[in-house]
Amino acid sequence: MITSPAHARRLTRFLRLLPAIFFTVIVAAFSVLSNRFLSLQNFTNILLQAAHLAVMAVGMTFVLLVAGVDLSVGATMYVAAVSLGLYLSAFPAWLCLLIAIAIGVAFGAVNAFFVVKLRVAPFIVTLATLFVGRGVGLYLSDTRMVLAGSAVSDFAHESSLGVPAPVFVAAVSLAVAFVLLRLTPFGRYVYAIGGDREGARKTGINVEKVTFAVYCLCGAFAAVGGFISLSQAAAAPSTFGERKEFLVIAAAVLGGTSLFGGHGGLLGPVFGAILIQTVQNGLVMIDADPYIYPLITAAIIFIAVLVDSLRAGAIARLERRRIRAEEQETRAEEQETLAST
Amino acid sequence: MREDAHTLTTTAMSSDQGHPVDVQQVPLLSLREVTKSFFGVTVLHGVSFDLQPGEVLGLVGQNGSGKSTTMNILGGVHQRDSGEIVIGGTHYRPRVPRDAEDAGIAFIQQELNIFANLSVQENLLMGRFPKLGRWLPVISFRRLRERARQLLAAVDLQVSPHASASTLSPGERQLLEIAKALSLNAKIIIFDEPTTSLTSRESERLFALIGRLRHQGIGIIYISHLLADVVRLADQIVVLRDGHVVRRGPKAAMTVDDLVTAMVGRSIEALFPNRSRRGATGATVLEVERVSQPGIVRNVSFSVAEGEIVGIAGLMGSGRTELARILFGLDPFESGRVAVTGRPFAKPEPRACIAGGMAFLTEDRRHEGLMMEGSVAANLELAALPEHARGISRLIDDRRLRQRMSAIKEQLDIKSGDLRTTPVKTLSGGNQQKVVIGKWLLRQPKLFILDEPTRGLDVGAKQEVNKAIVQLADAGTAVLMISSELEELIGMCDRVLVMNRGEVGRTIERSAFEREAILKAAMWKGIGT
Repeated sequence: MITSPAHARRLTRFLRLLPAIFFTVIVAAFSVLSNRFLSLQNFTNILLQAAHLAVMAVGMTFVLLVAGVDLSVGATMYVAAVSLGLYLSAFPAWLCLLIAIAIGVAFGAVNAFFVVKLRVAPFIVTLATLFVGRGVGLYLSDTRMVLAGSAVSDFAHESSLGVPAPVFVAAVSLAVAFVLLRLTPFGRYVYAIGGDREGARKTGINVEKVTFAVYCLCGAFAAVGGFISLSQAAAAPSTFGERKEFLVIAAAVLGGTSLFGGHGGLLGPVFGAILIQTVQNGLVMIDADPYIYPLITAAIIFIAVLVDSLRAGAIARLERRRIRAEEQETRAEEQETLAST
Repeated sequence: MREDAHTLTTTAMSSDQGHPVDVQQVPLLSLREVTKSFFGVTVLHGVSFDLQPGEVLGLVGQNGSGKSTTMNILGGVHQRDSGEIVIGGTHYRPRVPRDAEDAGIAFIQQELNIFANLSVQENLLMGRFPKLGRWLPVISFRRLRERARQLLAAVDLQVSPHASASTLSPGERQLLEIAKALSLNAKIIIFDEPTTSLTSRESERLFALIGRLRHQGIGIIYISHLLADVVRLADQIVVLRDGHVVRRGPKAAMTVDDLVTAMVGRSIEALFPNRSRRGATGATVLEVERVSQPGIVRNVSFSVAEGEIVGIAGLMGSGRTELARILFGLDPFESGRVAVTGRPFAKPEPRACIAGGMAFLTEDRRHEGLMMEGSVAANLELAALPEHARGISRLIDDRRLRQRMSAIKEQLDIKSGDLRTTPVKTLSGGNQQKVVIGKWLLRQPKLFILDEPTRGLDVGAKQEVNKAIVQLADAGTAVLMISSELEELIGMCDRVLVMNRGEVGRTIERSAFEREAILKAAMWKGIGT
């Protein structure tokens, strides 16, 4: 139990550093265990492999910020990939990307409709659309592996100014998210709704509209992730995107986004995605037993959630309304701690 | 400094209300015979008053006197049944809170509407961010910062516009809320208990600011239990009691004593059951010694003995509920000692407290005390299940449990159909409360903490719940009872602790009970005295 503000401050500071410590330990461990791990080539690989996860984690961040959740992102990327492979293999890559985004928005709009208009709990709605999405994908593909069109599969190997196309797409997505979240009123409303939904309503913010948009955005980012992933793998097997939602949420949460809404940023989730991909890459490098992968993944998710609930407790302690107004206790310190949460 | 701030204020506001306004002109706001009833119970019987520009109107009354309802009608939260409200010469009938905002009314609530996860400047202009262009929905952070600086200067709040709102003290948050009201060009600002969480220095700053606001022609309604503050600030005072305006007039004609007399002054002693015995009948059950938790309570000491009913009086936000939560182990305390039947709790937690013989009836029975969908029996048996689980198998001794439950139903006179099939939500409020009490009674607690046991109940139900509490005490249970209703505490208790800003200010013995004495102890500590 967190007993004092000073304790809460120390805890938040430590928790903020934890993923970085974690990252350092992992990199050190894999470097010792495998001589192929620590190389520029391999780090470029990690970035490439992490691109789709980073994009999806950024989309998830919007939903988590309004204290929602979207479990259907893996299914969304699957449906988008299957559609591109089956029906649009003759189309140029940029058009495929746009159509994928449209599919993602449609998916998000279905989630948003149930969450916003019918007030069903996001967890339940998106769990349902997760199964619907996988079902649709399996039905369309006849459960067979779907090959990407040549335009899409070539896209992964293109690059401009030395930046590989997948990383470029991820960077553009991140830039769009940054503008939306940091520079527009919409982004401020997202934080306000996550901080105090009733308060946001009283302030005259159209809570329904903003929440609706947030789920559509998350769907769009999930579909972009699907596009990148399809282009890199050149094919979508029937397990494409399966259980991806947990890694996406873990990436966002490891990066400092709260599952309870209102707190989090964009760079954190990107870092979280890289962290998770580093672990997976390292496991391949040291030839780990494939059966151990799920255990490691589970451990990451567990750590992410544990960190989040400790952090939420500490933040709640810092934000608690005081009854007695005690004079100016260590304000500067508090300011410093909360400035970046 | 103040001179500077004032100049800035007038500059910032000069567009529409820069010059001081003559007080004797058309009222800014006028209420005429406003009535309101809820479910057939009339809570406002024709409330009338006027507010002039540049005037401070003090509105006082006990809990349940109709202050909140009046304000909710002004704020568009509730609609009036009849009567007339005129603002600046036009009829006013708000349907949603937004209408009140558009009419130039701003509320500074006790619970402030601040987003702790956002910065000061974002809080100030939330919903009305300056944009780079009409068709470019990107926030102009330069103009946001400038506007925020102006507004912060207008309320003399010296914090960076970029600071996180969570780092502001309660007083600073309040100033932030007022700055928000100014940004909306509010003509009427309503303060509801603004000083409860402020230090005396912060209160002084607030009063100075109120002085400046009225100088700009803004009309202010100031609601407070701290009568000394009201007398000091207000030009005119309106006293409400049971939905009637019982006094109305210029401050000059009223003293704090007059106000207290006007606010109380009715007799409902008949509501409270006669107690056969009074006072302690046995050993001390609860001992609290110098319990403190920074920001919450300070140096609280008292004890409760078997058969005794001890009351805690105090206003909302005085720390009553928080103290109860600490005693029951729901919140931590930093220093001091809590002991039940002589055994100290090093680090209380609810399970240990329950095992030690404590029971706690929460303020909010709907959310914390009852499973509304469950049957009466399912609720009653919840806390007592472990005791009725027998032997190594831990199977529940259903027959004994059932017998005990019927006995409790009988004892508390719970009006319900079959215990196993009647859902709690179908019972009346009074009977629901009796189910919560019965749930704890099954465990035969040594100490029962009751937080607002009769809140929201009608007169008859109150009486029945109070009867059940007296029975508890007569059976030897130590009772600690929190209530906002003084009559109730006076009618029920052997001793009343008066809490004020997290401290127990006075302890009043039964022999010295007098409504006004308790009311004064709770309210008097305004900073004007």
